[in-house]
Amino acid sequence: MDKTTVFTLNDVSFSYGNVPVLKHLSLEIIKSRFYGIVGPNGCGKTTMLDLMAGIREPQQGTIAYKGKNLKEYGKRELAKNIALVPQDFYINFPFTVEEIIFMGRHPYIPRFGSPSPEDVEIVKHTMELMEIEEFSDKYVTELSGGEKQRVVFARAFAQDTPVLILDEGTSNMDIRHTLKVLNITKSSVKSGHKTVIAAMHDLNLAAEFCDYLIFMKEGRIISQGHIDDVLTEDNIRKVFEVEAKVYFDSFSGARHVVFRTNERARGLSGRIGSGEEKLKGRKSLQ
Amino acid sequence: MKNTRLAGAVPWLQLILFIMLLAFITISAGMGYIRISFAEVLKIVLSKITGNSNLLNGLDNVFPYVVLEVRLPRILTSAIVGAGLSLAGVVFQGILLNPLADPYTLGISAGAAFGASIALLFNFSMLSIYTTPLFAFLGAIATLIAVLLISSFDRQTSSNNLILAGIIVAAILSAGVSFIKYVADEQVAIIIFWLMGSFASKTWTDVLLTMVFVSLGASICFFFARDLNVMSLGDRSASSLGIATNRVRIILLVTASLITASCVSVSGIIGFVGLVVPHLMRFLTGPDNKTLLPASALMGAILLLIADTITRAVLPAEIPIGVLTALIGGPFFCFIFRKHRMMRAYG
Repeated sequence: MDKTTVFTLNDVSFSYGNVPVLKHLSLEIIKSRFYGIVGPNGCGKTTMLDLMAGIREPQQGTIAYKGKNLKEYGKRELAKNIALVPQDFYINFPFTVEEIIFMGRHPYIPRFGSPSPEDVEIVKHTMELMEIEEFSDKYVTELSGGEKQRVVFARAFAQDTPVLILDEGTSNMDIRHTLKVLNITKSSVKSGHKTVIAAMHDLNLAAEFCDYLIFMKEGRIISQGHIDDVLTEDNIRKVFEVEAKVYFDSFSGARHVVFRTNERARGLSGRIGSGEEKLKGRKSLQ
Repeated sequence: MKNTRLAGAVPWLQLILFIMLLAFITISAGMGYIRISFAEVLKIVLSKITGNSNLLNGLDNVFPYVVLEVRLPRILTSAIVGAGLSLAGVVFQGILLNPLADPYTLGISAGAAFGASIALLFNFSMLSIYTTPLFAFLGAIATLIAVLLISSFDRQTSSNNLILAGIIVAAILSAGVSFIKYVADEQVAIIIFWLMGSFASKTWTDVLLTMVFVSLGASICFFFARDLNVMSLGDRSASSLGIATNRVRIILLVTASLITASCVSVSGIIGFVGLVVPHLMRFLTGPDNKTLLPASALMGAILLLIADTITRAVLPAEIPIGVLTALIGGPFFCFIFRKHRMMRAYG
């Protein structure tokens, strides 16, 4: 197995103003793997992804991409290597879906040139792959949230880069399209074409698609490793402060996480009382 | 439903707009107190360009002077200012990602008004008739610098910060202008007239000055047209597509502001063109700035030229052009806007 390093983060720190967000992170990302980053809101996932995408620069420490400091790459060169699907996908002007996908080819098209036949082919292929060709001439401003996100995803795919960074890239899609899009992503990882780093909220989705998991909390990496080693009840409790049970699910063929909510735990022991409470509640409304 | 866009016909639209612009310039040059026919205007212009004075045979001696020295400078200035304001409008709306933005969003107009008011109040005249325009220009530039300084943190600027800073600075300067009007006594009428905008008695120097700023500015905007497209995906996406978002934003803001400042300083404050034309053309060409920018420039030139011709040659008395553009542009825009909404709702 090819073990080329794609990213090396060495003692990276970042803060907004004087609010520290990332604290002395060190991390290695290996080629052709699907990495999942999980952690509670505000733990620094997005900032870390931004740093790797070259959108921000670390105030301390270094990030190397393929052995060379990220700072030494030109913006256009970087855009041919790393694509990002952002969390927010608000597009202000009524571009058509096709026009948006063509923007994914921006780094390849000379400033005053027009798209090459190859660009056109890639855009067409991507739209078919992502099942968006049926609304390719619709205004992107008129699509639903999930459709828009599929367009934004396809835009990043059309960028045709060896690295794909997903920041909650499927959060608004329905389950069919989430699976579809992640399956496409996964197979391009398996075939050795892509390395994927994805911030995810759904631990079960992460369990099904990721090879490696990185647990983050308060700007630090708490645990990282192969999914079978780190997706444990212990880590979930440490990072998310919730009780969970992790077991192997033969239907999905992956680890599965189930949670116990406090409400239900209480409900199990005091089911008799709840009816009365409901009645009381209704009376007080009258 | 394939919308209101002209799609494949866009290059034709630009050609048609360009021909229309030339035609309107010629027609307008013949209109006014002295009527001069289309053919006669063409002869006068051709004889000037080719240096062939035989073409003028049989024409009234006054005609060439009226066309070349009185009317054409005014007509061309209004067209250039219309083009400039529309270009600046497209750029401001694109960069601030806000359809309500116009060339004056960052307070450029308030700055120019303040500068001009000061020059008029104290009767400065060291540069003869160019004193007020110069003060207006300096006021606009000072405002731009102030707004940029107020709105940037960590060398980053966000559109919300820019708009907010623009509103605050404009409010302060407007209060300043009100105060100047209050203390101005007999100059108050001059100040008010200047603020409402006019192309009366423009010279070839005005044409040249605006031409330099607008054409240089336009070239810079065209250069970054595709970057501006990609930037409507938001900063993070644009940045990951290889665009130095912050740098492009500052360059385009400064360029569009310089265009606006040069326009405002020769013509006073003419509203609505910079807001309406970009919207109007976006309905037709779509939001792609490669076609939207030239189409808007041409349409803006045509509209302001027509508006100026109406106030100069059609109406019995000249009314301020700023008032006219708002009076015609406002309802017209409402009409287009409603129609567009209806088409999208039921189309």
